[in-house]
Amino acid sequence: MTLLSVLGVISSAIFSGTSLLYTTLGEVITERSGIVNLGLEGVLLVSASTGFAVASLTGNPYLGVLAAALAGGLMNLILGYLVVTRRGNQLASGLALMFFGFGLSALIGKPYVGAKIKGLPRILLPGLQELPRLYASLFRFDLLIYLVIPAAVLVWWLLFRTRWGLGLRAVGESADTAFASGRNPWLIRYQALFVGGLLAGLGAAHLSIAYAMNWTEYMTAGRGFIAVALVIFSKWHPLRAIVGALLFSAAVAFQLLLQSSGIKVSPFLLDTIPYLLTLLVLIIWGGTRKHAAPASLGRVYHGTE
Amino acid sequence: MSRTNAIIPSLTQGKPRLAAFGQRFLNGVIRYTLMILLALLLFGAILLISGRNPLHSYRDMLTSTLGSAYGFSEVLVAMTPMLITALAVALPSRLILINVGVEGQLYMGACFATWGALTFRDWPAWCLLPLMVLLGMAGGALWAFMPGYLRARGIVNETITTLLLNSVAPKVVSFFIFGFWHSPMDTDKTASFVPAARLPTFFGTRVDLSLAIALVLLALFWWVMKSTRWGLEMRAIGGNPQAARRNGLPVSTYLVVVMCIGGAIAGLAGMAQVSGYYGLLLNNFSRGTGYMGFLISWLSFGDPLGILLTSFVVAVIFTGGNLLQLTQGLPFAVINILLAFTLFVVLARPTQAVIALKGAYGSEPKP
Repeated sequence: MTLLSVLGVISSAIFSGTSLLYTTLGEVITERSGIVNLGLEGVLLVSASTGFAVASLTGNPYLGVLAAALAGGLMNLILGYLVVTRRGNQLASGLALMFFGFGLSALIGKPYVGAKIKGLPRILLPGLQELPRLYASLFRFDLLIYLVIPAAVLVWWLLFRTRWGLGLRAVGESADTAFASGRNPWLIRYQALFVGGLLAGLGAAHLSIAYAMNWTEYMTAGRGFIAVALVIFSKWHPLRAIVGALLFSAAVAFQLLLQSSGIKVSPFLLDTIPYLLTLLVLIIWGGTRKHAAPASLGRVYHGTE
Repeated sequence: MSRTNAIIPSLTQGKPRLAAFGQRFLNGVIRYTLMILLALLLFGAILLISGRNPLHSYRDMLTSTLGSAYGFSEVLVAMTPMLITALAVALPSRLILINVGVEGQLYMGACFATWGALTFRDWPAWCLLPLMVLLGMAGGALWAFMPGYLRARGIVNETITTLLLNSVAPKVVSFFIFGFWHSPMDTDKTASFVPAARLPTFFGTRVDLSLAIALVLLALFWWVMKSTRWGLEMRAIGGNPQAARRNGLPVSTYLVVVMCIGGAIAGLAGMAQVSGYYGLLLNNFSRGTGYMGFLISWLSFGDPLGILLTSFVVAVIFTGGNLLQLTQGLPFAVINILLAFTLFVVLARPTQAVIALKGAYGSEPKP
């Protein structure tokens, strides 16, 4: 096995992991405010199709990214209306949102099946110009990849170093207490959902505009649910989410490596490793109650009437 | 109050109670009709935007599904897996177990049943079919056992574990299909099952035996909950687990066993899909059937009659959507929008719906 193939595997793992990390970061924010979004799969699909459609119509991939992010935010606001304002059940509302996303993305994406777009431009890391062409081509990443780690740090800063983040986490732990101390749980949950949706939209945009550069129905292939699992794995912490996304990328990379080296291991069984690992971690934590979820995750806030 | 009403036969109150029930039932029907009309209006707007005549579309949908014997039989075909998967959620929900894992349990049931169908293909149908049913149920139960056990021991919440296992099961199925079972022609599905491994169908339609099984299971569920000791104990545990434990009920055992039975029912749905509907095992064959079951069970508060009615409405929407694709060139997935609008409208009015159903059915599940 050559160095080139190893680098190629790492490069493709980075590409596949980026969309996942954005989505996970978004879900960390929403879950920290006490809302679990099972409809993430649908949100991603709508964002991916909208972003692709706009990129194809305008010929400008950055406009596509913007549109995808906005679409994600708006989709999450629908969930917000159901679970915050109308006090619906979060799991059922999320699943309904997922089915909505299946349908809406198919409708939006229909005219663009098989369309060609100009993907996000790829930029070489500064300092790597000296490398031979073949190697350098593996390290030409797009803007969204360069921004994903800073985004994780930004989310951490927002959640743990700002007043807004403090209020958001307070609402996620106990909406009643937060309300008593002068916060508005409804507004904060809407804000969390919108920001989370924007981030999920960026992830979806990376998938359809930068990575796959096409649109097919159900193209997200379960990434929404992976993100929900990753949030748990990373203990609702944005920086640990990087580790979680790396784990999934590493599983993909490992699988490609094994294939290129000719060892016969079913890729499907390798795909299950991250889920089983998450399950294992959960069982190990089970005894200790230290790293529990936000206390009012999934609860409806009824107000004080 | 409502509980005493449910226990004391209507004999004591006679006619007034029946009349009140009728009134409430009527109110519920009117309310749900209005909700569905609102959903149709919203979806009509979407159809209009994409350049279709919504009135024609709805007329086509109705005449195609309810206007012909064939259409009606297709509705029943679509309804069957919804009934079974909803039941797989409804039973554990009586113990406040949230089984989001029906999707995974369904895949494992299908996987086990397929193993039976491919291995014992020489057996006669009267041996092979029961074996496949048992295998399917075993697969589903196996997939539900760990979440149930972890929940009963208080280690991990079953919502999270069942969700995680949902992502694992389709990959296990893919592993078997691509690795061992695929037919010589295709790589993503098995060869068609032998006739002995197919569920019998009725009257030359695609309606198969699993519909009858589903109806029997629903009736059985209703009877067990209403008039057996198990039902009473399950209601007690669902109402107050602490009190039930102090009264000497084996709460942990109940949690594990009921979760496994829920999984077994879901596995049966998977077996019915491969043996009845498809006649082979297809990679990623279920696009959210299990999640649909969760929604139906939740919307009907785990009530057998509610499950029947809700499944029927959803099946009409889906079957009509098939036609929408054929005649109007919209992608099939678009029908999910109409479905989602219906769900949104119902979900957005939880308090009213709860009051209506609580009155009508006596109890309300805890979400």
